[in-house]
Amino acid sequence: MKDDSGHNIGVDGQKFSASIHGSLKCNDCHADVKDYPHPDHPAPVQCATCHSEEQDKLKGSVHADGKEHPCTSCHGDAHAIFPKADPRSAVYPLNVPATCGKCHGDSGEGRKHGLPSVLPNYMDSIHGFALSKEGLLVAANCQSCHGSHGILSHTNPASPTFKANIPKACGSCHAKIDMDYEDGAHGKAIAAGKMKAPVCTDCHTAHAILQPTESAFRMQSTPICGSCHKDKLSTYRDTFHSQLGSLGGYVETARCWDCHGAHKILPASDPSSPIAPANLVVTCGRCHAGANASFVHYQPHANAHDRKLNPALYFVRLFMNLLLASVLTFFVIHTILWLVRARYDQIKKKSAEGDHHA
Amino acid sequence: MPDSVQTTRTSAPEQATGNRHFARFTAAQRTMHAVLFSTFLGLAATGLPLRFSESIWARGLAKFVGGFGAILFFHKFCAIALTIAFLVHLKDIFQRALVKHEKGVFWGVTSMVANWKDVKDIFAHMRWFIGLGQRPKFDRYAYWEKFDYWAVFWGMIVIGFSGYAMWFAPFFAHFLPGWALNAVLVIHSEEGLLAILFIFSIHFVNTHLRPDSFPMDMVIFTGVESEEEFKHKRPLEYQRMVAEGKLDSRLAEKPQKWFVNFSRIVGFLAISVGIILLILTLTAYFG
Repeated sequence: MKDDSGHNIGVDGQKFSASIHGSLKCNDCHADVKDYPHPDHPAPVQCATCHSEEQDKLKGSVHADGKEHPCTSCHGDAHAIFPKADPRSAVYPLNVPATCGKCHGDSGEGRKHGLPSVLPNYMDSIHGFALSKEGLLVAANCQSCHGSHGILSHTNPASPTFKANIPKACGSCHAKIDMDYEDGAHGKAIAAGKMKAPVCTDCHTAHAILQPTESAFRMQSTPICGSCHKDKLSTYRDTFHSQLGSLGGYVETARCWDCHGAHKILPASDPSSPIAPANLVVTCGRCHAGANASFVHYQPHANAHDRKLNPALYFVRLFMNLLLASVLTFFVIHTILWLVRARYDQIKKKSAEGDHHA
Repeated sequence: MPDSVQTTRTSAPEQATGNRHFARFTAAQRTMHAVLFSTFLGLAATGLPLRFSESIWARGLAKFVGGFGAILFFHKFCAIALTIAFLVHLKDIFQRALVKHEKGVFWGVTSMVANWKDVKDIFAHMRWFIGLGQRPKFDRYAYWEKFDYWAVFWGMIVIGFSGYAMWFAPFFAHFLPGWALNAVLVIHSEEGLLAILFIFSIHFVNTHLRPDSFPMDMVIFTGVESEEEFKHKRPLEYQRMVAEGKLDSRLAEKPQKWFVNFSRIVGFLAISVGIILLILTLTAYFG
């Protein structure tokens, strides 16, 4: 059923009566439609008449522009709105990613506003898998972190996705990890207002969160730590741990957090740190069976170019470099001269033989 | 009578042109070289992806070698094989010198140990390179051959020891200082790199690709060389053999054609793999 201008004005009565608004009369919402024939241009329905609290929140949010973000853009068909605990609802936890993804996916409106496409990242994440594969209602969906009506930009200090608030946002599910994090060096730095310190999303990313024991995450985790700890990354790169680890397959080779811990990261001077001298035998021994007190004198971040810090290693490297350079330099010159001379003699001999025969 | 011995060994036309063959290496020595170069290629192919793990080809090569999990296994497997070969060689030397009382193992013209003549030969050879003198006459082992031998000898001790120290680090930690556990990786990888660069460029050219032997010196595969080659490459040894009347005892059969061809294929394969690894090393080093 269509009106003169071609708008669909038919309502599925059965569906509507099953919906959460099924007990309402048409003109409870369409308040200006009282007689027949109807007014030429009926006024837009004001959801806020009843849902004023949601409306207030929405007004302060990133979706405040009511024209671009009418209530139905998330809640779906106005005549078939179901409570969020109903699987038929567009905002039922299992349906939330698809609903938000209409705009925040590869081809969504969000791209026009310069926003990244986050739906594919989420769907491939550990949260996305839990939701789409296992149907875990407790798995984080979009609104678990961003909220629903009052979504704020991550630059807004009141937003749960503002950097300083992220540990608490993640901690609302991952409570124990949040506690560990708050006790660690990074958590303390954030609490002290040092905003360069990482929060959960700096290492785990916001949307494409991987299972940390997976090789893909183990492969990407080291450069993430190294983006701040540059000197430690470069010295780590010189070690066998890194060499074998970079090749990918040996996921079990030590990465940063295998030794330093992941969330409760503490300096070696703290006796409860896994890298505190007294704990090294246990920490190294997790991979190296038979690790002993002298074994843990190995320096996982030694710098062979630092004469003051690692003098013995510095001179060993220098000796090896000089040996390599001198042997090769001598023999390259020796061999090139020899090649030229031997070829010269060979040609001379051949032409002499040729003359002789002629 | 020497000639009668020779007739039974070589065909008549060859004898007429003086194309006799003489033994240089025993079967055991040739086998040792084969074990050495095949395990060395294996060690290089599995070691380089680790040494240059950040380079673009490291993962690909690691995969080619048999996947990430296989790379250490093959490296250790080749290491054990080479260690055994090294120990067998040591046993041979001491058996020859101390049990069989063979002369000239540790000293003299037939020994691998460098002597004063080698020093003179280096300078004379280089004077010849630039046209300032006669080409020196070499005996059984020339100075660059002795260098190759000792480079491998020293290399196996250094690379082997540092490799085992990493493999069994907790055990070695009982008697090595802490910094040594860091140093062994530097030593292992730099000495390994030197070995790879040296063998795949200098040794290949000096021994196989130089005009006198181009494209490959087959003597390490067949064990024998022609009289002409013998005279040209090692005139002093040849003269000594003649003077001592031992030349005929070195006479050998010309190697069979199928064996020469087979050796060529194996040799070229080894050289090709070596050159590919050399190119990869250089791209990683300067890339």
